[in-house]
Amino acid sequence: MKVVSYIAQWRGIVKEAMNRTAIAVKFLCCLHITDNYFCSPVHIYGPSMLPTLNMVGDIVLAEHLSQRLGKVRHGDLVVVRSPSDPKKSITKRIMGMEGDTVTYFDPMLGDATRVAVVPKGHVWIQGDNIFASLDSRHFGPVPYGLIQGKVFFRVWPLDCIGVPGQ
Amino acid sequence: MEPKCMEVCRWFTYIWHNVHLEQMGSSSFLWNFTKKFVTFGLITVTVSDRYVTVVRVRGGSMSPTLNPKTSSSGNFSDDYVLVEKFCIDKYKFSHGDVVVFSSPLNHKERHIKRIVALPGEWFGSRQNYDVLKVPEGHCWVEGDNAASSMDSKSFGPIPLGLIRGRVTHVVWPPHRIGAIQSPPREELSSL
Repeated sequence: MKVVSYIAQWRGIVKEAMNRTAIAVKFLCCLHITDNYFCSPVHIYGPSMLPTLNMVGDIVLAEHLSQRLGKVRHGDLVVVRSPSDPKKSITKRIMGMEGDTVTYFDPMLGDATRVAVVPKGHVWIQGDNIFASLDSRHFGPVPYGLIQGKVFFRVWPLDCIGVPGQ
Repeated sequence: MEPKCMEVCRWFTYIWHNVHLEQMGSSSFLWNFTKKFVTFGLITVTVSDRYVTVVRVRGGSMSPTLNPKTSSSGNFSDDYVLVEKFCIDKYKFSHGDVVVFSSPLNHKERHIKRIVALPGEWFGSRQNYDVLKVPEGHCWVEGDNAASSMDSKSFGPIPLGLIRGRVTHVVWPPHRIGAIQSPPREELSSL
């Protein structure tokens, strides 16, 4: 008789545990989908996007729908997987879409302005601070498939909340 | 105006109450089915994005490893392969890995090719007999079927960030189920 009651208790506990696990799994799946397909927070630091973004660190929200639908445009702030190190992400501004002719100026290589044509399926990205930014002027246009998301809102620091400027 | 608003509100609360708390008859069955469907969908999408997924192989650029063209079999059945996504964490690949990557010419397309040279290596292409260095963070991919393959010979080395997964096994058709082999490279291409 005792064995039967133990088994009944055990079944109750197992059922409760499985219910809780199911809820946790569903929550993590929702988190993953929101993070990958809708919106995710990104921590950005470094001098390459001054004065738009601060040097010591900003937290911004990046949305992933625009790049999936192909709606990323000239002048957008995008988070891109670095072509020289796939484990790092960099944030730059798009200065040329495929087929555009880009005129750029690299202070480190003298005063001449150079011209480049962006091939099919690629974009030209540049940091706002052209004096301290490693971007397409150095590693060339990057494939569109490396774009991870478009920055649309800044949440930290609190006195700069809002859309990052042009 | 006001009494009508209140009536509408009362209707809404009545229907909401019914659907959620008093689940009676067929409405409860539909609700349960929808919940299970959505949960199943969420879990499938998460697992397929992060861990492992099955992908259909189109085209013959990787034959004879994938989609082999033999005269006896008609070309009516494509291979389905298992793609694992654990490699995307650390981006550590080795020679001979068959990978799925987004095409650098069109981000909507995915290609499956084999990695022939890793970042920082000097690679000698057999076609034009010149040697080039694969830049940091990039890799050189080639299809096994050298005659008809759109790969790094046309678009150059691809950034590792474009890689979306690594192919480990063939899961369909049944008579070809098994792991993908690394081919023995008689022509030594890296110096």
